Amino acid sequence: MKRTNTWRSKLFVLLVLLFNYLPIIVVVVYSFNASKYGNWEGFSLEWYEKLFRNTQIMRSLKNSLFLAVSSCALSILIGTAGAVGMAKSRFRAQNLLENVSLIPMMLPEIILGMAYLSFFSILQVPFGMVTLIIAHTTFCVPYIFINVQSRLVGLDPAYVEAARDLGATQTRAFYDVTLPLITPAIISGALLAFAMSMDDVVISFFVTGTTSNTLPLQVYSMLKMGVTPEVNALCTLMLLVVFGAIGVFYLLSSLRRKAR
Amino acid sequence: MRERELSSAPKRRIAPTVWILAIWTFLFVALPLLYVIGITFLEKDDVWGITNVFTLENYKNLFSAVYGKVFLDSFLVAIATTVLTLLIGYPFAYFTAKFPPRVRSFIVLLLMTPFWINSLLRLNGWIILLKANGVVNVSLQALGLIDEPLKILYNNGAMMLGMVYALLPFMITSIYNSVEKLDWTVVEASRDLGASPFKAFCTVTVPLTVPGIVAGCVLVFVPSMGLFFISDLLGGGKTLLLGNLIKNEFMQARNWPMGATLSIAMLVFTTVFIYLYKKVTGAKTLGGLR
Repeated sequence: MKRTNTWRSKLFVLLVLLFNYLPIIVVVVYSFNASKYGNWEGFSLEWYEKLFRNTQIMRSLKNSLFLAVSSCALSILIGTAGAVGMAKSRFRAQNLLENVSLIPMMLPEIILGMAYLSFFSILQVPFGMVTLIIAHTTFCVPYIFINVQSRLVGLDPAYVEAARDLGATQTRAFYDVTLPLITPAIISGALLAFAMSMDDVVISFFVTGTTSNTLPLQVYSMLKMGVTPEVNALCTLMLLVVFGAIGVFYLLSSLRRKAR
Repeated sequence: MRERELSSAPKRRIAPTVWILAIWTFLFVALPLLYVIGITFLEKDDVWGITNVFTLENYKNLFSAVYGKVFLDSFLVAIATTVLTLLIGYPFAYFTAKFPPRVRSFIVLLLMTPFWINSLLRLNGWIILLKANGVVNVSLQALGLIDEPLKILYNNGAMMLGMVYALLPFMITSIYNSVEKLDWTVVEASRDLGASPFKAFCTVTVPLTVPGIVAGCVLVFVPSMGLFFISDLLGGGKTLLLGNLIKNEFMQARNWPMGATLSIAMLVFTTVFIYLYKKVTGAKTLGGLR
């Protein structure tokens, strides 16, 4: 059987992709619009200038980056330690621990958010960067954990055994053999976690403090207020970064393929 | 060596690094959730959120007309979102899997790229398109098709559009993973045995991709009840969803016990779906639920 698409199915795929990109294209175009409103009044870089002068947005961007990096780092530590340890352990509550640690991934975000709001209030933890980092780390851990775990399952135990037979200590075998082998899994998990953290509105909404506005929360309140062309400029810049990163990634991987 | 270790080692063995995960999980997953379950049995307090008085009133309130309507509305919106994303997502995933590998991975890349940008920034694009002086209205007026701007933003239609837009990729990737693994020779066999293309699709292809369909439905259904910001920003808050209600109970009404009770109800609701998902697919986790 030939697996080909008719022109109708090709058109369908194209239309859905267009639907996916339509709002983004609009945002990019309107980030250069001199008018604040729907009509086009000519090219302008006014909103980019306003964006960089907007200290609130810039501060929230800095907050978001700091938050994403620190919760990523923490969740890499916790998720990797957990996955590696679990692979070596046998105990009765093991399944329970695994299931509970994966809950944040399956729970509707709003439940985790409100759980933290009430939990941190009763403990009188002041809301701010600390609570944000705890919350984001918690929902990032499962992504690392799962990635590393599935990599460990596919790993040939002979590698570690060989290192141990050759006299490496357990720690040494981990750093020299296991860690390099699971690094790709850690990185792909961390990328996902980073994106999740940068994108999160719901959980941050509940645990943020007065001085620790994140970028998504800032954008949310700006969108609720009304016309905000600076947001378009911001979106365009982020798009540029994302496309740039993907481009570099592809270039590197194709170079590596050629080098082999 | 591993076998030797396993047989000689005692049955119970906990690697020290497990404690890092265990302590974090206990402190920041188990405890907060247990606490939430706890406060559903307490009375509300206007200043602090909760008192120490035991009550079952919150659970009784779940069945009141006001909350019942929100549950029903959320459920309907979630179902509608799931059905719509399935209707668009299945053919998309199916056709995509039929392209040559290079095109295929390019399409998937194109589909997923916007996901690296904040969802609010993308929703902003829809607001620009749909608002009274937005792109759609201005162009229609310029073409002379309408005199008055259409009210296409801040209604349920706009909210549904936002929901479908935000969740469609989850549906597509789940189904795509299933269709891509499909053994096409089975489909071919059914065609050779005389099935029409349509019949082969219905009786062979669809049943073989059920795991992907179910996974996609769960990944769409579960979050669609909690995405309060889409209803806020595109729907104009006209339809109160479960997510909006929980948010309001916490932030405005300051009725924490009721908010917690609603969350638990939502949790039970979603657990049923996740259970069904695991039952059908045998998977351990839901990747990329958010």
